Amino acid sequence: MTTLTDPPKASFRLSMLINDTRYRSLTFQAIAAVALALAFVYLGNNLMQNLRAAGLNISYSFLGDQAGYDINQRLIEYDSQSTHARAALVGILNTLLVAFLACITATIFGVVAGVLRLSNNWIISKLMAVYVEIFRNIPVLIWIIIIFTIMTAVMPGPREFKGDNATSSMFLDLVAFTNRGVYIPMPFFENGLFGNAALNWVLVLLVAMGSWYATRKANARAAEVQAETGIRPNTFWTNLAIWLAPFIALMFIMGLSWEVPALKGFNFKGGIKVGGSLIALWFALSIYTGAFIAENVRAGIQAVSKGQTEAAAALGLRPRRVMNLVVLPQALRVIIPPLISQYLNITKNSSLAILVGYADVTATLGGITLNQTGRAIECVLLLMLFYLTASLLISMAMNVYNASVKLKER
Amino acid sequence: MADQETNSIAFVATEVIPESAPPARETGAVKWMRENLFSSVTNSILTLVALVFIYLILSGTVPWIVNGLWTTSSLAECREALAGKTGACFSVLTERWNQLIYGFKYPVEEYWRPNLAFVLMLVAIAPVLFFELPRKLLIVTALYPFVAFWLIWGGTILAPLLALIGFVVAGVFFQVFGRTNFALGFFGAVVIALVIWAVGGMLIPEDASENALLSAVPSRDLGGFMLNLMLGVTCVSLSVPLGIALALGRMSDMPLIKGVCVVFIEFIRGVPLITLLFVASVMLAYFFPPESTVDLFLRVVIMITLFSAAYIAEVIRGGLAALPKGQYEAADSLGLDYPQAMRLIILPQALKISIPGIVNVAVGLFKDTTLVSVISMFDLVGMIRGPILASTEWNGVYWELLGFAALLFFVVCYGISQYSQWLERKLHKGH
Repeated sequence: MTTLTDPPKASFRLSMLINDTRYRSLTFQAIAAVALALAFVYLGNNLMQNLRAAGLNISYSFLGDQAGYDINQRLIEYDSQSTHARAALVGILNTLLVAFLACITATIFGVVAGVLRLSNNWIISKLMAVYVEIFRNIPVLIWIIIIFTIMTAVMPGPREFKGDNATSSMFLDLVAFTNRGVYIPMPFFENGLFGNAALNWVLVLLVAMGSWYATRKANARAAEVQAETGIRPNTFWTNLAIWLAPFIALMFIMGLSWEVPALKGFNFKGGIKVGGSLIALWFALSIYTGAFIAENVRAGIQAVSKGQTEAAAALGLRPRRVMNLVVLPQALRVIIPPLISQYLNITKNSSLAILVGYADVTATLGGITLNQTGRAIECVLLLMLFYLTASLLISMAMNVYNASVKLKER
Repeated sequence: MADQETNSIAFVATEVIPESAPPARETGAVKWMRENLFSSVTNSILTLVALVFIYLILSGTVPWIVNGLWTTSSLAECREALAGKTGACFSVLTERWNQLIYGFKYPVEEYWRPNLAFVLMLVAIAPVLFFELPRKLLIVTALYPFVAFWLIWGGTILAPLLALIGFVVAGVFFQVFGRTNFALGFFGAVVIALVIWAVGGMLIPEDASENALLSAVPSRDLGGFMLNLMLGVTCVSLSVPLGIALALGRMSDMPLIKGVCVVFIEFIRGVPLITLLFVASVMLAYFFPPESTVDLFLRVVIMITLFSAAYIAEVIRGGLAALPKGQYEAADSLGLDYPQAMRLIILPQALKISIPGIVNVAVGLFKDTTLVSVISMFDLVGMIRGPILASTEWNGVYWELLGFAALLFFVVCYGISQYSQWLERKLHKGH
């Protein structure tokens, strides 16, 4: 009979650090940690020496100093007396504005082009293929310059709108396209309920949210009725009424009117001025990214197997309902992830604003502020921090959505 | 009787009616048009809109191109020669050709050097792109970086020669020792190369570049489309090995290595390239030793390489994840250690899957090289926006120049993406 004995207690030997798989990864990580630390110490030491030699230090106090430069495109109050921090905030809002606008229009361009590329109309599908190939294969920088050139060098100057035999005229007498920007009518309230214009708009927003909530309730109720009786009541007209009635009433009470831009002296006055740089950036980003989104949409639709479409048709669904109820929900699952990264790309590419003089955060914080204060390291770090936060927030929001549409497997 | 039956029934035809042609609307071009262009009312409207659109574009551009002038010497002269007709002044391209391609400072009598480097580049790249070519050509690829460096920058031949010697000795060392012990072979090779470069660097005399065979050209004299090509090719080829290392690190079991790689990749992918270029132009110099001077070109190459390495790492990680788990387990069960398994089993397959993705990153990166014009380097776009459009002769010639730049990038990028699709079809064995 044999007795079970404990395995011999292996005494730890130094060579086991390399040869024993239990310890080897620890050894490697220790080496890597030391190498990393050395690299950081080396770079930090160089940085300190260089800064001392240049008489600089790392300090963010410049953010509180007076900026001393003007920004013509701004969403919040700002003048040259404001601080650098305020200028950076103006830039951040401008970045978010152009990124938001470009995301919406790029999605529209992309979806339209992607669907039309699959059209059975030969000329349309070829045209869309040409659009996609041309815009994907030329740098977005060149597109921004091209569209900015159209906005500044091709558009007529305000003086051409002047006089009886003017060479240019306003579009529908409402919108003026000039080389200084596009002037569009501005809505305002003649007798708003609040003195502050912003509060009136908040009220409008609240009403819209209320309508949205009410339509959701109405739809849920319709679904209940359908579950009980099998007949779905028509919700279209009630929803339309819920949306429009309070809105129109509010507009009527507050007296909505439009301030139309008009030529005063040598320039247009009134209305909202949308700068040529904003339009160039917005349009170039959307049409460039739209080409990429078109490819994603096409791939997504093609990823839905033909059997799905045929099965839906065999159930007697009409082509539109086949698209809405069967193909699109499945295609979206494929389209959404690359769409997220395109939105991220738009946000990152909006930093090219500096090229056309649009005051985004790269142009204010990373451009003028950096050059005026000479605080290169601080400015670039803050800039990176902003973009990193924006990217992470977008991907987080989209990941949540992604998880909600994911295939629920057993 | 069969005979009787066939003859007796009067209304049965006795001979075959000759085949008649199908109706005109069901054949040829008409049928094609009915099916592909006018199959429904909506489609007909779409077709007409598209035709009008195409007509508008062509009627605007064709006379402009056809009437274009190629030989005038300034915009005023060109406008005069056109005499009010619509027409392009392509003469800006012919007159400023050298500036567009080589930048405005590269010495004219040395243009043959970048030209030769470009031709050699095509030869060096061919065996990488097309697997049927003889493998011996890879020797050219291996030698190319040193030859190209010497051709473009000139100066003493000792510097690229020393770099080459370092690589060769390190390679031989790795061949000898790496087979048995990967870590020893790899890190030993790195150390040996560094020692050779350090010692050799001291041996090269300071004034070696002064009477060299090829006169030295400083990096700040590079420009034009040449700069775009150089940045694109250099950064892509440097970032592939770095990307592989990052991807392997991200897939590693070691938490520290994995963490470092994840943070690095996500950080780089989260910020725009332009901020990294700002780092290169205003910030990176602070991190080098105080007495060293690293020129802007090298700093930009470093940052763009890090940038594209992060993206390539993600592509390769996709390739690694796409491999069936059985491949990893098979390698383990054969008793291969990690470097062997990666080198012999995993990476050859994973890289093959990732090639189309890597090519896409390369196309994107090549387009992004135009961003260096923002930090005042005179690449193609920088040349157009700066010296050419600002000159008195050609102030206001937008479309010819921008069209030329767009065409150049389109040809290169479209070519590469067609190659990638071709490769994808070829690699797809189809099961």
